[in-house]
Amino acid sequence: MFRTKPILTVAATLCFTALTILTSTSRVHADDVPVVEITAKRFAFNPDKITLKKGQTVKLRLHSEDVTHGFFLRPLKLDEEIPAGETVDVTVTPQTAGTFTTICDHFCGANHGNMNMTIVVE
Amino acid sequence: MSATDRRRFLKIAGTSLGIGVLYSAYPLAHSQGEAGHVFSALGKSTGEKVTPFSFVQLSDAHVGFNGPPDPLGTKAFERAVDMINGLPQRPDLVLFTGDLTHDTEDRKVHVQRMKQFQEISRIINAPLIKCVPGEHDAGLDQGALYREFFGESYYSFDHRGVHFVALDNVSRPKPEVGAEQLAWLKKDLARFPKSAPIVVFTHRPLFDLRPDWEWFTSDGDDVMNVLSTYDNVTVLYGHIHRDDEHETGSVHHYGARSLIFGFPDPNANTGPRKAMPFDKDHPFKNLGIRTVSFNGKAEIGSKALSIEDIELTAREFRGINGVQQILRDPRV
Repeated sequence: MFRTKPILTVAATLCFTALTILTSTSRVHADDVPVVEITAKRFAFNPDKITLKKGQTVKLRLHSEDVTHGFFLRPLKLDEEIPAGETVDVTVTPQTAGTFTTICDHFCGANHGNMNMTIVVE
Repeated sequence: MSATDRRRFLKIAGTSLGIGVLYSAYPLAHSQGEAGHVFSALGKSTGEKVTPFSFVQLSDAHVGFNGPPDPLGTKAFERAVDMINGLPQRPDLVLFTGDLTHDTEDRKVHVQRMKQFQEISRIINAPLIKCVPGEHDAGLDQGALYREFFGESYYSFDHRGVHFVALDNVSRPKPEVGAEQLAWLKKDLARFPKSAPIVVFTHRPLFDLRPDWEWFTSDGDDVMNVLSTYDNVTVLYGHIHRDDEHETGSVHHYGARSLIFGFPDPNANTGPRKAMPFDKDHPFKNLGIRTVSFNGKAEIGSKALSIEDIELTAREFRGINGVQQILRDPRV
């Protein structure tokens, strides 16, 4: 099942150009917005660290392989729900450099409190 | 002996003993004017004589937790119960601020953990025990099993002139109270004047203590907008497994230590949250007790409860005499 937010549907179904400039799971979209794929599965995100560039817009493609997860990072104004088995796209343009911890804030089990990943903005 | 010196002394004293938080409330006895009338009215509404009383807060026992960093299971919880029962003057009330149990997807196992919590807490010599859930009690089933064992997850009651409010910020998937409970809170508090003494107990902090450690309530600002219209509100919470004190306007927030393991200072640690390591030589380190007394003032911005954090030694200080010995005798 594939779900996108209305604001993001414009680019959601286009093909991708395989230009990896951010991480091994990132691609550049036809509208030149790089896509970074992140998978959530209890109790970890994969990859567990990505690096973004300050001021550069990217699309985070969030996919849950099992239950519903959250994707929460207040400094980047990220507060997403990733329903079980679904994919959610969210576009972000980080304005502040730094190293940030992103957490799952949708309770998902005993080790939920340790489900996090790092986003570096440089 | 200043509070700072006392705290330093207590830390020097060595190994800590997990117990919780001991509170003393002295409403009416020292209150004048409107506040005195409020205490009196609240007491009359419950048919209880308004007299000084004490209560204990326990938090985060995580019954069923098994593995690093704490291999001791329920030992700190059981020891806390023994300590409470050793008090020469039994507390009127025990508040448990969530994570009574550790979660599991095996319902039968979680049932056993709830029962084990009840078996241990049933030994507490106190007439009233009140709980709120933590996310480990209620997060997986939106509080269904918790309610089977402990009743409603949010409610209020009056006790000797103090209004207690239990708030649930864990039964929804996200860390929030939710619109329905918020509406209930407004209605519950509407009958009270501004100066009413109110104690809120909940699991997660109602302010942004450390959002990237999930130490926040997403609609906490909405809750605080309700609470901040009252002059004498104290919020007691758990979840963070450590002491913490915070002020939001005239509202005072106090985080409690856990009965399982501690978390580090959020202001001294960047990056992800990690539990503090277990110290086999000091098995109850970072688990502790806090005494709190009503200071007799119920004025705008004053602290209705004054709180003293204590780190106990492993020595067998039994009952309140032991606590007072540690607190008041620097030669010990």
